[in-house]
Amino acid sequence: MKVGIVDYGMGNLFSVEQAVKRLGYEVIVSSEIEQLKQADAFILPGVGAFADAIGCLEKTGLNHFVYEIAEQQKPLLGICLGMQLLFEDSEENGFFKGLGIFKGTIRRFDDEKVRVPHMGWNNLTFTPNWQEPKELVDYYVYFVHSYYGVDLAPEQLVAYAEYEGIRVPGIVQKGNVTGMQFHPEKSGTCGMTLLKNWLQQVEGETQS
Amino acid sequence: MLTKRIIPCLDVKDGRVVKGVQFVSLRDAGDPVELATFYNEQGADELVFLDISATHEGRETMEDVVRQTAATLSIPFTVGGGIRTLEDMKRMLRAGADKVSLNSAALQNPEIIEEGARYFGSQCIVVAIDAKWSEQDNTWMVFTHGGRNRLDVEAVAWAKQAVALGAGELLVTSMDSDGEKKGFDLELMKAIRKEVNVPIIASGGAGNAEHFYTVLENADADAALAASIFHYKETSVEEVKSYLKNKGVSIR
Repeated sequence: MKVGIVDYGMGNLFSVEQAVKRLGYEVIVSSEIEQLKQADAFILPGVGAFADAIGCLEKTGLNHFVYEIAEQQKPLLGICLGMQLLFEDSEENGFFKGLGIFKGTIRRFDDEKVRVPHMGWNNLTFTPNWQEPKELVDYYVYFVHSYYGVDLAPEQLVAYAEYEGIRVPGIVQKGNVTGMQFHPEKSGTCGMTLLKNWLQQVEGETQS
Repeated sequence: MLTKRIIPCLDVKDGRVVKGVQFVSLRDAGDPVELATFYNEQGADELVFLDISATHEGRETMEDVVRQTAATLSIPFTVGGGIRTLEDMKRMLRAGADKVSLNSAALQNPEIIEEGARYFGSQCIVVAIDAKWSEQDNTWMVFTHGGRNRLDVEAVAWAKQAVALGAGELLVTSMDSDGEKKGFDLELMKAIRKEVNVPIIASGGAGNAEHFYTVLENADADAALAASIFHYKETSVEEVKSYLKNKGVSIR
């Protein structure tokens, strides 16, 4: 199975690419739709600001490609900002439309109430919406973000972390599209297990 | 619940770890990637690489170190030392670093913090502050060049300004405590904690596990960094973390 990493000019692709390779999969990192089309599953990474990222996706036409992936029921994993882009909209530096695959809005943590960014290792709690991987030995994953998803559809929430009384969506899923707010590629054993689990799951689907 | 972080710091010169790291178990104790792997296995929550190369070639080597570390490990790490421009930041982040740490470049040109935060996001911009108490000023002042150069800048005010410009985290080193192994500078950490709302990494003065407890709990630092006590095996990341866990600190 080939994994396509959508390179729209935002963020640290190297670590994601290396993590997927360490798990034994072939990787195509590209901003060219024709090249990406050779992949069976896709990762939408991202670090930076929401508006810049949406701008880059639109400029390159990769936003249409991402819709296409979702419509064709191909597996797609958004990581960090890549996950946030899949929500309806964001209040980061204004109001911006997202890709609208997940229900909900991206909002800034309240600086008055909590330390921002939410940075470091936090543990995930899984909701009944998902069968958690059996091989997980701990639930700690690495988060680093100042904005988070609110007003989600409850059935799309798979796992969350508690941050000073706030439920921070950690994993969301709708059909073939998954989002992870934390960085699985930087989250030690737990992160690598979740990434492996996603890859194995989609590998099973692409073969059947 | 968010956990407190324990961070070993590695000084790297021309691609090699310096400061006499002593690990008999390692094939090559000067190899940053091997040492990073060792600390990862010990449960380090993050790593900081401080590049102390003086030459252009040395700094280019650092990029390889970053790339190899990112290819081998899946924990976050920060790179500091010699990062002066947006281009420097971009090189390190593209090579797989999660954060870059700015020190003297930010003091010379504070706008670099703002630019970095705008292009890459606040979450990957760390501002490192080396502070030392000044009787004359009755406050902490900022120092550069390992504590040799005193600037006419108050440390707490600089911390506030750095955060206002977009720093997503502060790495605060007490030049009074550094190397003394008598504990972190709690008063300095508390003074900065009171003024900023971003995570703080406390550095300088770690001598034993209890020192970590005090700075994380009493001064509410988010993370604590140490170098020599880990390198010289006076304690280990594992030992410190289990001590903290027993004391009820939220630890991974």
